[in-house]
Amino acid sequence: MATSNFEVPELTGCTETPRVQEGAAAGIGSFLANAPIQEALGFPGELVEDWHDRAIGKMGELLGKYRSLQVFMDACVHCGACTDKCHYFLGTGDPKNMPVARQELMRKVYRRYFTFAGKMFPSLVGAIDLTREVIDDWYKYYYQCSECRRCSVYCPYGIDTAEITMAGREILDSIGVGQKYTNEILGKVHRIGNNLGLPGPALEDTLSGLEEDVLDETGCDVKFPIDVKGAEVLLITPSADFFSEPHVESLIGYAKVFHAAGISWTLSSMASEAGNFGMFIGSYDQLRKVALRIREAALELGVKRIVVGECGHAWRVAYSFWNTLIGVGGGADDEFGRMLQKQLDGAYPQPAHICEYTYDLLQRGVIQVDKEANDHRVITFHDSCNVARGAGMGGIPGGQFSIPRALIKSVANNFHDMAAETIREGTFCCGGGGGLLTDDLMELRVKGAQPRMNALKNVVDGEGVNFMATICAICKAQFTKVLPYYGYEMGMVGGVHQLVSTAIKLKCDK
Amino acid sequence: MSSITIFFAILFYLATLVLVGGVAYKIYRYANTPAPLKIPTMPAPLTRTGVAYRLGREVVLFESLFKSNKWTWVFGWMFHFSLLLVLLRHLRYFIHPVWEWVALIQPFGRYAAFTMIAGLLGLWARRFLVDRVRYVTTPSDHLMLALLVGIGLSGASMSFVVHTDIISLKEFALGLMAFDWQPLPEDPLLLIHLSLVALLMLVFPLSKLLHAPGVFFSPTRNQADDSRSRRHLAPWAAQLEE
Repeated sequence: MATSNFEVPELTGCTETPRVQEGAAAGIGSFLANAPIQEALGFPGELVEDWHDRAIGKMGELLGKYRSLQVFMDACVHCGACTDKCHYFLGTGDPKNMPVARQELMRKVYRRYFTFAGKMFPSLVGAIDLTREVIDDWYKYYYQCSECRRCSVYCPYGIDTAEITMAGREILDSIGVGQKYTNEILGKVHRIGNNLGLPGPALEDTLSGLEEDVLDETGCDVKFPIDVKGAEVLLITPSADFFSEPHVESLIGYAKVFHAAGISWTLSSMASEAGNFGMFIGSYDQLRKVALRIREAALELGVKRIVVGECGHAWRVAYSFWNTLIGVGGGADDEFGRMLQKQLDGAYPQPAHICEYTYDLLQRGVIQVDKEANDHRVITFHDSCNVARGAGMGGIPGGQFSIPRALIKSVANNFHDMAAETIREGTFCCGGGGGLLTDDLMELRVKGAQPRMNALKNVVDGEGVNFMATICAICKAQFTKVLPYYGYEMGMVGGVHQLVSTAIKLKCDK
Repeated sequence: MSSITIFFAILFYLATLVLVGGVAYKIYRYANTPAPLKIPTMPAPLTRTGVAYRLGREVVLFESLFKSNKWTWVFGWMFHFSLLLVLLRHLRYFIHPVWEWVALIQPFGRYAAFTMIAGLLGLWARRFLVDRVRYVTTPSDHLMLALLVGIGLSGASMSFVVHTDIISLKEFALGLMAFDWQPLPEDPLLLIHLSLVALLMLVFPLSKLLHAPGVFFSPTRNQADDSRSRRHLAPWAAQLEE
């Protein structure tokens, strides 16, 4: 059991809605970014002198650029439907972690400066001036939201708190208030090429080490190619896959799949990161800039297909945004988009998720598996929020739920879902997404994981589950850290391709 | 022409102007603000037709609210659909001769006043009884409910307790529309009812009542899941590529 200086919630198997406890999470805050981190992204290094006017100006700009923000600021009726849906509220009881209250932090200011009612009758409609205290609250609570969008499923108007959190973070960055964790990582991507800051040579070393490991273990010469021009497939995967546990097990799984299918593939040292933290801070510029590395790599390597590894928010960015940002997709009628789309093979979905890709190969009998190899595992599947509510798979509604499950069931015999209200579109965030996967937020992460841990406990106790599969690098890292607080082994969490890796039959088997 | 008639005639012209103009302006703003990224809440329909069905279910059945909270759904749905019936029933005061289907729903529309008030009281009760909802309730939320309950009670009283001179009222309403003002019956209950309705029309475009047009413009609900097969580009985002 890990030690902590806060109270770890007790698991009862049932997550009850807590009473409102004002200020319960007010003491939790992540470290601020220092000036060099901020300036590397083009943001002011510290709080600017005219922060008030610049923040209001930025809000006005965003209201004109994002329909979501404009509609969401106006449409909320305070019905309360979302109030018991956020895992951070369920875990902490702090009312400012209720989605509507998190939105109100901004809406109160919006009303004061942008609406007739708020200008004329501020106290009647709950409108307030933008003060330093408000800025502090924004920083605190916009970095206690993992942008998981669970609230948006239940809102009668589809109000998505993630959009408001992103706008809040963008305004804060524009006046010099940034978060160390997220912005430091964005700097590393620009400087080095991936979130972990692994330079090209280190990456090559790691990959050749993996080749040796797999050769020792299987007797099979499975390759981990990098920067191979003319390869069929470019694999874009979170950099955590290169050396974090259990992430690397899935990377080995992807390599085995390509090997068994006999398909030429490559990684890219320029685009050695699927993650895109630009989304977390709501910055379209950052989002686009990070994604452009992938476009560049694809054009340079001349690949026909782009496949994305197990990473939740990366899959949302890839599936939902890449076509917009960098033209990876289909249906472009503009020069920028066509340049890449002419090169990519239109017979396949672009980009494809590695689960879509592997499942298709299995269906067509291109690769074979030995399901019994996974018999020591009793598996459940944690739907990652960004995959579940931010992306799709397989070209069918709900494919993001059915395909990973079908894939697991075709490589393993023992599978049990967690309770219906905690999976699929109602899935609970792991508690570490959206730029919160940092040690300074450990209390929030542990408490925010409580709803998922309760659901897990039920299948552990009831079905003997000993493995929770997921397809997100952040989920894997978060659970590895958090499971021990709740008395579970960190090795209980792993990737779907870790299961594939165990079961796949390699053609060179002797 | 009494000063009361003149006052209410002007009030309703003004209220109509604010309601129509205000909502039109908001709709114009919503429609003209780009949605640069595809952000439908997944799983989402794959086609535009599917999106129309999704929005239809949202508007008619309150599908998302149903998933969320059954009490809020029951009271909310009861209120909104009673209000719809009541509004349709009121068409009879603005058209002559009365359309057949309006005559047909007349009895339902009359009794819908009670379910409307009951729904409102249920929603109001939640604002006191549920600590989470109490926390997010502003004074204007209470006033809005008071306004709607006031409209319901004053209207139902005229239907079921003290009848007003409905013939003259209809002449007043038709007169307003033809810009040929007719005297308004000066019955206190009616004047209260009409004042509250005018107030509701005036605050509509300035308040959270904008959820009505807003739901149609919500990108999480009105976008199709087709981002891989169609390139979606907002004008300001397209400029970045030049």
